[in-house]
Amino acid sequence: MSILIFLSNFIMPLMIFYIVGFGLLMKKNIYDEFIKGAADGFKTVISIMPTLIGLMMGVGILRASGFLDFISKMIGRVTNLIHFPSALVPLSIVRLFSSSAATGLALDLYKEYGTDSHIGLTASIMMGCTETVFYTMSIYFMAAKVTKTRWTLAGALLSNIAGIVASVILAGMM
Amino acid sequence: MLNYLWGAMIIIGIVYGAFNGTMTDITAAALDSAKEAVELCITMVGIMGVWVGLMQIAQVSGIITSATNKIKPFVDFMFPNIPKGHKAREYITTNIIANILGLGWAATPAGLMAMEHLSELNHNKDTASIEMCTFLIINMSSLQLIPINVIAYRSQYGSVNPAIITAPAIVATLISTIFGIIFAKIMAVKHR
Repeated sequence: MSILIFLSNFIMPLMIFYIVGFGLLMKKNIYDEFIKGAADGFKTVISIMPTLIGLMMGVGILRASGFLDFISKMIGRVTNLIHFPSALVPLSIVRLFSSSAATGLALDLYKEYGTDSHIGLTASIMMGCTETVFYTMSIYFMAAKVTKTRWTLAGALLSNIAGIVASVILAGMM
Repeated sequence: MLNYLWGAMIIIGIVYGAFNGTMTDITAAALDSAKEAVELCITMVGIMGVWVGLMQIAQVSGIITSATNKIKPFVDFMFPNIPKGHKAREYITTNIIANILGLGWAATPAGLMAMEHLSELNHNKDTASIEMCTFLIINMSSLQLIPINVIAYRSQYGSVNPAIITAPAIVATLISTIFGIIFAKIMAVKHR
């Protein structure tokens, strides 16, 4: 595991070094291009800001009411049997439907338990290796006008569950 | 989808709060969360600016094109039945590379185009073809290698080392994708 942590600290600097170095080597206007990209990134974040306000408000209300703790405890009785932290149950489920709603829940976990706690680390890895299955499936199949989706859902759920299990195990090793 | 999900969060929260005696907390939470969302976006603007800026350099200097060429053998292996040179193949490749690099806004349009072109090859129009199932399973197995947004959130919420999850997230992403690929391949062979 210490190798993974070591790598984590090196990936970003090496990537930046490679991209900037390669750009220089190709004699591109790297600074102007960077500024142009940064402006695009800026716009993307500003465009998701209203969504984030809405969803963080929704999750905030749900958390403050005590309902999230209630539901986690209920489901936790089952999930404790397989050593899955009950606090992560709402996140695992909502993640399948909406990326931004899941972000709201993950941020809530960071606040409640800390980003570097076991739950915070698991939630972080989970956010990185799972996908909004139901949302993605509906827009992609709508584009192809397909109604019978065959084994797509089964395959997507299987890979997402594999990702969740891997997240719990990897975070446990950190 | 979000109409119900978001609506349910608020309605359930307020009704549960009324019985649980947490109404004052709910008022505070509603107002504080909105403020927090804006603070979070300020951190995000910086980090996404850096990321997309770097990707722009990668784009113009040809790194993304060469990455696209590198995954071609993988696309050939997963989609043997799409004719060579067909548009669908090109869009699938673009979608996969954009997802790996975390360029979601570039991935979705390419993915939708891939589906439309796969639809042309599909004989039974309302039923997903084997290629569609395979493509979507790979797509939904999560491909993004560096979860830059998660790193941004962690940095905003006071992590000592926000990027510490990078390598474990890559390992977890590989695991979920491998499971998806194996499943898709088995089903494809079974239904040939």
